[in-house]
Amino acid sequence: MTAELIHRLHFAFTITFHYLFPQLTMGLAVLIVVLKSVALKTGDEKWDRAARFWGKIFGINFVFGVVTGIPMEFEFGTNWARFSRLSGGVIGQPLAMEGVFSFFLESAFLGLFLYGEKRISKLMHWFSAFMVFVGSWISGFFIIVTDAWMQHPVAYTRLPNGGFEVVSFWQLLLNPWALLQYAHNMMGAVVTGSFVMAAVGAFYLLEGRREEYARIFLKVGVIAGLVSSILIIFPTGDLAGKYVAHNQPAAIAAMEGLFHSEAGAGMVLMGQPNEETGQIDNPIVVNDLLSFLIYGTTKAEVVGLDQIPHDQWPTALPLLFYAYHIMAGLGTWFVLLMLVSAFLLWRDRLTHARWLLWALLLSFPLPYIANTAGWMTAELGRQPWLIYGLMRTSEGFSSTVSASNGLFTLLGFMGLYALLGLLFTVLMYREISHGPEPTKEFARSKEVAA
Amino acid sequence: MMGFIWFWLVAVMIVGYVVLDGFDLGVGVLHLFLVRTEDDRRTTLASIGPVWDGNEVWLLAGGGTLYFAFPLLYASAFSGFYLPLMIVLWLLILRGISLELRNHIDVGVWRALLDGVFGLASGLLAIFFGAALANVLRGVPLQADGYFFLPLWTNWQPGQHPGILDWYTVIGGVVALVALTLHGALWLTVKTSGDLEARARRLVKPLCLQLVALTVISLGATIHVRPESLDNYFNYPFTFVVPVGVVASLAGIWFFNRAHKPLRAFLSSCLFLFFMLAGACWGLYPTLLPATSGAANDITLARAISGPHTLAVGLVWWAFGMTLAVGYAVFVYSRFKGKVDLAAANH
Repeated sequence: MTAELIHRLHFAFTITFHYLFPQLTMGLAVLIVVLKSVALKTGDEKWDRAARFWGKIFGINFVFGVVTGIPMEFEFGTNWARFSRLSGGVIGQPLAMEGVFSFFLESAFLGLFLYGEKRISKLMHWFSAFMVFVGSWISGFFIIVTDAWMQHPVAYTRLPNGGFEVVSFWQLLLNPWALLQYAHNMMGAVVTGSFVMAAVGAFYLLEGRREEYARIFLKVGVIAGLVSSILIIFPTGDLAGKYVAHNQPAAIAAMEGLFHSEAGAGMVLMGQPNEETGQIDNPIVVNDLLSFLIYGTTKAEVVGLDQIPHDQWPTALPLLFYAYHIMAGLGTWFVLLMLVSAFLLWRDRLTHARWLLWALLLSFPLPYIANTAGWMTAELGRQPWLIYGLMRTSEGFSSTVSASNGLFTLLGFMGLYALLGLLFTVLMYREISHGPEPTKEFARSKEVAA
Repeated sequence: MMGFIWFWLVAVMIVGYVVLDGFDLGVGVLHLFLVRTEDDRRTTLASIGPVWDGNEVWLLAGGGTLYFAFPLLYASAFSGFYLPLMIVLWLLILRGISLELRNHIDVGVWRALLDGVFGLASGLLAIFFGAALANVLRGVPLQADGYFFLPLWTNWQPGQHPGILDWYTVIGGVVALVALTLHGALWLTVKTSGDLEARARRLVKPLCLQLVALTVISLGATIHVRPESLDNYFNYPFTFVVPVGVVASLAGIWFFNRAHKPLRAFLSSCLFLFFMLAGACWGLYPTLLPATSGAANDITLARAISGPHTLAVGLVWWAFGMTLAVGYAVFVYSRFKGKVDLAAANH
């Protein structure tokens, strides 16, 4: 295995594992604010307890996110030194800003939210939940700005020593790529948060316990799930896709498996790209759809891989193709599931539709897969570039860290993260089976019934 | 000028990290020895529960600041110290997770294991951070292109081809371990009461004596390993105020602790860490990472610094952001001020 491959796997593995946690916390942060707002408005203690329960889930995920996030900032230097040396003046900026503007805020108010409820007023407790949301969403923004600059470098000049220098701070932060990707990504986080909340609600109803909370979780989860599932496709996914198509033609051609340029290009729904024959095996195609989605007309020509020099093709072409199709396929499922659930919720029949509760429960892992596949689409689509069009991935990894040393620590991370995954599952199982504290009235009514 | 400013801003972040995360690392080490009952243990952990992850943010924010202000240094040092940094990451992960798990799992065997992991990881982190600083002071075998790669150890001698660990850096590790353990003990005298507080206070005296001895040894060793460390001091004699500060803050720890003024003793310890680190930084300035392969390969301020626009813009948001950050910290610490009250520390 080459050093380049090891360093890529090292980053890919640790970032993929890491992002399982922030996507939930960023999504849940919004939903916790909703719960706290209802609690504050109605004075109903049930909503406070619901918020406290999700606060615990949030807290565990936050800690796992923090400890797996620290390696990410280190790896820019440890594994990608030649890249960091040249780009530090640009992307070091949003990375440092994440720490300064987001993490301080988030950790301060999360401490207050989790440990301080008895020490502060109700309004202040609501405010700390709100600030946790603000902090986590700012954090996401700076990371997206960092990635967006690698995808679509803007606002830079080269210094005499080859390094990149920012020429406009605001252009860097308001990179159009970043804004589109941010909107799309944050909706992805809300999808994860709402699916998890709805799944826990479904779980309690199917189990026949904590029903008073299950209704809350289902209601909030399904409504937020419907809104975010739609927004993630239209307009955010649609706009982000068009922007990729115009700026990274090689990426879009590989994502869609378009080996040959075509006027009226069709969209492959399923199939296996065959790099040797230059075609899709076992294709299921919708005619003209791709041209329409990118250019708004069925006749437009879409650039295929044949017009792109082979050394600029994304290096892991089939994986990119599958990642993109998994993301898009699951996104479709999310809308369908949430449309049906929201309809039944509206008709007040959701809690009795056990088949649908099962579907909601079993769907909770899917947003994690979709978010991961989405990020793989973005990052594999960028290949073979580390900074699109400016620096190749092969020029960026740490030349002094050998493949052997890289493999040593990659294996170390794999072992450690396997353990972490196990512990996380145990913790989640405990918290969810314990559930929110029953409300007083509910406990009493159970007593009477017994 | 920008170089001078950013050098000290990064130094401030490092000092902030060591002073803040330092006490919870110290508490991590101490809770293995100091606590007798489950309540003691819970009190000890509750004293750092609401603040430790905020403290750790200083490491991230400091790393990020280093990254954009001195990209060459960040790239060179992080890839050169690859192996120990990865170990530090693993320790940080184990430590954070064991602390968090402990709040959720109440099975005896598990708790004993988690306590052990938490204490051990805390102690090893203190040692690694001390050794890391010593590595920077001693220098590394930089090549002309600005990169190096250090093995974990070679012949345990600081020379042309040192390893991460040699006798000098091991001293640095031990100094950090003792200094942060003392720092943690003083934090506990501030935050706990009764028997636990008394036990923490009794520990201060021997730790303080050890620290005095180690400070003297490490100072002598540093001058032996890198005599140039004194140049800045002799060129600007007023800067001898830094070693005077070291001595004064050590005396402060000793006397305030004896006078049962825990907060002042703790603040003296903060000052001690500040003076030690500031003194080390001043000994290096304007070098950022000395080369054992000859001064021509040194990574200096001038060589590593980012472009002027990057730094000018950075100064604006950094000042703004860090003012906010200090504000949050003051706010949170004031909400949780005073002795730990287990009944109020619901979790």
